[in-house]
Amino acid sequence: MDLISNLSLGFGVAFTPINLMYAFIGCFLGTLIGVLPGIGPLATMAMLLPATYALPPVSALIMLAGIYYGASYGGSTTAILVNLPGESSSVVTCIDGYQMAKKGRAGPALAAAGLGSFFAGSVATLVIATLALPMTELAFKFGPAEYFSLMTLGLIGAVVLARGSLLKAVAMVLLGLLLGLIGTDVNSGVARFSFDVPELTDGIGFIVIAMGVFGYGEIISNLAQPEHERELFAAKVSGLMPTKQDFKDMTPAVLRGTALGSMLGILPGGGAMLSAFASYALEKKMKMKPGEIPFGQGNIRGVAGPESANNAGAQTSFIPLLTLGIPGNAIMALMVGAMTIHNVQPGPQVMTSNPELFWGLIASMWIGNAMLIILNLPLIGIWVKLLTVPYRYLFPAIVLFCAIGVYSVNNNTWDIWMVGIFGVIGYIFIKLGAEPAPLLLGFILGPMMEENLRRALLLSRGDWSTLVTRPLSAGLLAAAVLMLLVVLLPSIKMKREEAFVED
Amino acid sequence: MNIKSQKDFFAGLMFMGVGVAFAWGATTYKVGTAARMGPGYFPLMLGILMAIIGAVIIFTALVVEAKGGDKIGKWAWRPLFFIIAANVVFGILLAGLRDIGLPPFGMIVAIYALTFIASMAQAGSKFKTTLILATVLAVGSYLVFVQALALQFPVWPWFITG
Repeated sequence: MDLISNLSLGFGVAFTPINLMYAFIGCFLGTLIGVLPGIGPLATMAMLLPATYALPPVSALIMLAGIYYGASYGGSTTAILVNLPGESSSVVTCIDGYQMAKKGRAGPALAAAGLGSFFAGSVATLVIATLALPMTELAFKFGPAEYFSLMTLGLIGAVVLARGSLLKAVAMVLLGLLLGLIGTDVNSGVARFSFDVPELTDGIGFIVIAMGVFGYGEIISNLAQPEHERELFAAKVSGLMPTKQDFKDMTPAVLRGTALGSMLGILPGGGAMLSAFASYALEKKMKMKPGEIPFGQGNIRGVAGPESANNAGAQTSFIPLLTLGIPGNAIMALMVGAMTIHNVQPGPQVMTSNPELFWGLIASMWIGNAMLIILNLPLIGIWVKLLTVPYRYLFPAIVLFCAIGVYSVNNNTWDIWMVGIFGVIGYIFIKLGAEPAPLLLGFILGPMMEENLRRALLLSRGDWSTLVTRPLSAGLLAAAVLMLLVVLLPSIKMKREEAFVED
Repeated sequence: MNIKSQKDFFAGLMFMGVGVAFAWGATTYKVGTAARMGPGYFPLMLGILMAIIGAVIIFTALVVEAKGGDKIGKWAWRPLFFIIAANVVFGILLAGLRDIGLPPFGMIVAIYALTFIASMAQAGSKFKTTLILATVLAVGSYLVFVQALALQFPVWPWFITG
């Protein structure tokens, strides 16, 4: 069996003491930062990226993936204990998780989130391993026209799933694409929009935008709000184990969440957040058992389902990245940035040219999930302590890590000035209600889209119909149009608005 | 004419302005044809598209009723200023500013400055606690970034390293 031999190759790579250690450090640091309220996985990863520079590519990616899982999981802990979602995907966890904590059942809620995530993560790892080969084969059938259409689909997906106004999200994507074009054009060698600044001819750094917009922008807007009264149910975290009845209730929710998350994660634009929302909606639709606690008042299914789904979705969103080289969401866009720093060009060739990296990363996903369980359940006391650290000590530290992080990319103060500018821009985005995640995705895809469009039209001698006459490309574009139409349907539009207002 | 959604109105204005700027900038490069795209082709297309969408957003902001006028609200000048200032001062102290002949003060000094300036972003910070925080961050950063990760930073001021 190919699958077994591939996975064993992967585990061979991931199970070396060094890589195990990096996976552990990644999960630990990720949870450490992710637990802090108001810091999502994206900011956490951007902040910790410099810590991976010195490592070999495999270890660096394993560690980064660990940071991602750790940060996502840490976000759930915060959601349950303090009702502050650290990231959009744990918004729904807040609803029932916090209610459970209020009733003194924080332990079972945390355990349900942890165990559900672990199960979902294990299944998703298998899904990735099985789908990787056929997807990579599909990728080799892709010409430039197909790539262009696929990226369009991905961007539309990101737009549809962004919070708030659809039009503003489209505009943010376009802004991202344009920002991505700044710098030297690979075909003509012309430095575009660089205003004769030598640093700008290399383009704007991805980390600079991520940290400016998601780090500084968020801090400024957090500080503008009066500090929340944080009601912490730390003292009540006793007895982690869910009861037998809890297990009975949560198991089907975990299974449904896992299935839903694994599917939605693969979709372009999908990932953790969509999966969590969809799973919560599904659980609410399921028939209530007699005597079950209603949703919104601490139903364990409302924690187990979305938590499993977001973890499954978070992992399967690696599939388009690893096989097609196209990031499906902003976090995967950051992974592309990280891979490029380590001279790995994401795409179908990674599997053949660099199988250790490919399968090692996949195997490490499972290991990362196992570590999260080990880390989180026994160490919950530490994370709870962390939650009591007031924001006034945290934000200077975050500013410092951002500044050191961007400087260490090129050892150039230019990046520090740029991150300051993007901090201001990020705050403006927040004030104007423009969700920045689509911008980041557009930024990564900008140069790729231009390149593929250019090639596609060169091959067709300037005939735009090549995008719709090639069946695969036409199918992808049709899917994109369909997605847009579905969202614009009045009934769904209402639902979408409802789903995103909770934060 | 009434602005129904202040947020959307100004967001639209921003998108339109930036779109026009990019499109206009793109025309200074060779645009070319679809078959042979010049460096200006794709940005010109995107810029025009963005300007159009910006205009549509402005239009809806003027026409579609929004809850409570969708006000932008007060700008948080204090955190905005001090966070960005902390960042800029950190950069200047870390590596110096050659243009004005300022020598590098290194990471440790820069961290103290950053912590103190950033702390001012919030009212009620105390000197003593900020000093402790800065010291913790300086020692921690030295151990993690310089010792453990071996990142290349100027650590000490120029008069010490010589």
